[in-house]
Amino acid sequence: MKKLNRLTGGIMVGATAFSVVLIIAIIIVILIVIIVGGKHQMSWKFLSTFPEDGMTKGGIFPALFGTALMVIIMSVAAVPFGTITAIYLTEYAKANSILAKMVGFAVKTLAMVPSIIFGLFGLGFFIKFVGNGMDHVFLGGQLKWAQPNILWASMTMALLTLPVVIVSVEESMKAVPRELREASLALGATKWQTILKVVLPGARSGILTGTILAISLGAGEVAPILFTGAAYYLATLPTSVSDQFMSLGYHIYIMSTQSTNVDQTLPIQFATTLVLLMLTFILNFTAVIIRARLRRAH
Amino acid sequence: MHDESLDPLPQQPASPEVRIDKNDFVFSQGTLKKKLRLSEFLSEKIITGVAFLSITIIVLIFVFVFKETLPIFRSAADRKTQSTLSGLPEKYKGEASKTADNKQERYTGSEEPKQERYGLAADSAQTAGRTSEEVKEDDRLSGRSDRVVPFSPDRVTLKGLFGKVWMPVSDVPRYGMVPLIVGTIKITLIGILFAAPLAILAALFSAAFSPKWLKEIIKPAIEILAGFPSVVVGFFALMVMATFLQQVFGYSTRLNAFVGGIAMALAAIPIIFTITEDVMTAVPETYKEASLALGASKWQTAFFVTLPAATPGIFAAVLLGIGRIFGETMIALMATGNAALTSINPFESVRTLSATIGAEMAEVVFGDTHYNVLFLIGSLLFIFTFSINALAEFYVKGRLMRRFQGRIS
Repeated sequence: MKKLNRLTGGIMVGATAFSVVLIIAIIIVILIVIIVGGKHQMSWKFLSTFPEDGMTKGGIFPALFGTALMVIIMSVAAVPFGTITAIYLTEYAKANSILAKMVGFAVKTLAMVPSIIFGLFGLGFFIKFVGNGMDHVFLGGQLKWAQPNILWASMTMALLTLPVVIVSVEESMKAVPRELREASLALGATKWQTILKVVLPGARSGILTGTILAISLGAGEVAPILFTGAAYYLATLPTSVSDQFMSLGYHIYIMSTQSTNVDQTLPIQFATTLVLLMLTFILNFTAVIIRARLRRAH
Repeated sequence: MHDESLDPLPQQPASPEVRIDKNDFVFSQGTLKKKLRLSEFLSEKIITGVAFLSITIIVLIFVFVFKETLPIFRSAADRKTQSTLSGLPEKYKGEASKTADNKQERYTGSEEPKQERYGLAADSAQTAGRTSEEVKEDDRLSGRSDRVVPFSPDRVTLKGLFGKVWMPVSDVPRYGMVPLIVGTIKITLIGILFAAPLAILAALFSAAFSPKWLKEIIKPAIEILAGFPSVVVGFFALMVMATFLQQVFGYSTRLNAFVGGIAMALAAIPIIFTITEDVMTAVPETYKEASLALGASKWQTAFFVTLPAATPGIFAAVLLGIGRIFGETMIALMATGNAALTSINPFESVRTLSATIGAEMAEVVFGDTHYNVLFLIGSLLFIFTFSINALAEFYVKGRLMRRFQGRIS
């Protein structure tokens, strides 16, 4: 009986250990396959030149540039709003008020909404509603804003990444010791002064982490920009926010599913995937390190 | 700028022996009343206002995604009123073919035998005589609708939406969503069947059996997977996994629900793992100690105490995993084959709801019925994920809290 018990236990524990090993093995396989598939194509030239010959040769510079520009515009929108929401949730909201709970639930819901829905929303709201309105009011009906462009894509992505910023900043603000706030208030500082001079500096690393995670998420997501601004191929870089742009993720998608010769461009696809993967990997890793240092500090 | 707002502390009388006057600590109405400071007031209001942005966004998503689906229902309602005034169908038909080049094939298609019906087709008596399927098709073909829009949106009925054929781009477009729904359910089931056991067992290992140093490695390692952009997972599934699995299992369609489901599982595993692990770690230490004290072994404690105690949390995690798979677009687009088939065979291609939006939205005419139907699909996805999230948030978390506080319900 005891023997059987131990055997069952061994099997059970073995099963759990096997699950861990399997998941980590899959991760390693994905990493190795993509690194091996893409490393020959990787070079400075690949990163810094335009695609050539109907995207069968050449580099991915416009996609890199477009992604970078998009995440910058996105961060400019998402980080301040996310930080302010986090300030509300940690400093102003009363713990059990219905309003605070609603905001919290809305943030969680926002994090769960499928990314394609953001794409639809971007199309319905930013392009068809705001864009159309702007065209009518400012340009007298001339078509400029009511079409996909990098601004609307960035705004759509900002909505998608908002919860990431909020959660990260909120976490770091909660980690600011209560005593610091109380000391500041006891010295006669007002609440707003305390937030500005004590809480926010204390939460700096959280804001940084949130921004990095948002950028990492925004750089990798494709579904929201499918019809809000990403372009198949552009011969020039976007020069204004009303231009379309090329993006790394979208580039991978179209190269692997809609290009004329998928097999011939396989090295380019792997290399592009490698670039995107490395980009998100480095960003996430940085965020993890910052966060770990933050935890140790408190 | 805030200097004036710093309140000086009430001055103590500077006497050699510190005598505390009782009156210094009497809080009158005047001392207790908060001074209104404009900057404070404004900043608080602005911050509160911005915080409601996230609620506003949710509401806006609701409003704007639904707004674009409305014409479907409106056109269905319109038909009743329009049917009484279909006076000049021939002339209208001419207009339609002139103005709507891109829809032309649909109208020319209608020249066929049904033409004689145009004049009186709207007669309710006659309408009642035909099957609803016929009516739907006729309505669509004859393009009878409001005259403001130059061409009529081809009609969709509720029954049409639940048809078994999804053929939006054809002479007679059909918007039957059944194959898409079946495909999505298939993918979700396969995905969750792979993801849930793996992630839960892995979480159990991390929470119950692994030493602390190993845990510090396992958690971030699995969370790396969460950082993989879905397009990367999709690419891997499309290029590598599909071929590998085809060689192992020997089925004929390279891209199918099975491949898509496993790729989806990769996206869902980190979500389920992280939440489950957190919940299992949060199971009160006393539970485990009680179990061990009663003579249970470590694995018995893990499987018969920790696991059951964490059930509501695991349930929530699985729900969120389902939500993730349900809405995942890029993996579905790349790895499932995208054929709208209604079959339960896991080794056949499928097309999911989200992939349909992703693949077709770029090619539709704005304001077209096809466009509206895609938004309808979006609304369905949104409602579904919203409900799942609400369920996980309120019901499950409430139960979990009660359970951990010792009240078993």
